[in-house]
Amino acid sequence: MSMKLNTRQVGDVTVIDAAGRITLGEGTSTLRDAIREIVSGGQKKVLLNLGEVNYIDSSGIGELVSAFTSVTNQGGQLKLLNLNKRIQDLLQITKLYTVFEAHDDEATAIRSFA
Amino acid sequence: MGSERTDGTARWETTYDSELPSVDLAEAAVLAIAQSAGFDEDELHKIGIALREAMVNAVVHGNKYHSQKKVFLSAWYDEGALQIVIRDEGGGFDLSAIPDPLAEENLLRESGRGILLMQAFMDEFQVRRLSAGTEVTMVKHLAPL
Repeated sequence: MSMKLNTRQVGDVTVIDAAGRITLGEGTSTLRDAIREIVSGGQKKVLLNLGEVNYIDSSGIGELVSAFTSVTNQGGQLKLLNLNKRIQDLLQITKLYTVFEAHDDEATAIRSFA
Repeated sequence: MGSERTDGTARWETTYDSELPSVDLAEAAVLAIAQSAGFDEDELHKIGIALREAMVNAVVHGNKYHSQKKVFLSAWYDEGALQIVIRDEGGGFDLSAIPDPLAEENLLRESGRGILLMQAFMDEFQVRRLSAGTEVTMVKHLAPL
């Protein structure tokens, strides 16, 4: 299954619902394009929902880091939502759990941007 | 693509072009062997990621998408272990020259985590520099019931 993204606005937070695989190629470029659009639109609060993402490779991890850096460099914040066990393991192995703020409840995540 | 050869030990040998669709084809082929050997869903996921990382390294970093250069995959299951050998025809690389992806100063790098994942997800991982190319060997043991 390739990657699908849906973007919605909850208050001043832009929520990206991702589904499928974030792997080198279509998956990473789809995410990169979406982040570029959000950043160029001046959005500073971004919540990336990975609840329906079942697979991320090292290129996908690199894309998450790139997204984090892009948003942060614009003075914004990018946080993660609904990480399944496999993605949690990946962030643990790569030590990126020290970089990303992650939540498992959307309302709590939205409030945390305030 | 290349050709498939199956013998008595269910050994899979295929030659792939240096393009991204080869990664998906190789993943499907190796996962089919691993699945029939009895690896569970979690282990299949780990094998799949490790295999993809090795194939991407061979296609992208090794052969650099060169149309004349191929990627050679051998995979077989024998005596409780899945063995995977991937060889490219690139210029080779120095494993020790890859920055430590877990070092604080490298955490925000966008690349350089593939080998870390292969090492984490497989039981054995070995890189051999050849006269023309790089060979990666990975082994995953089937946990006893």
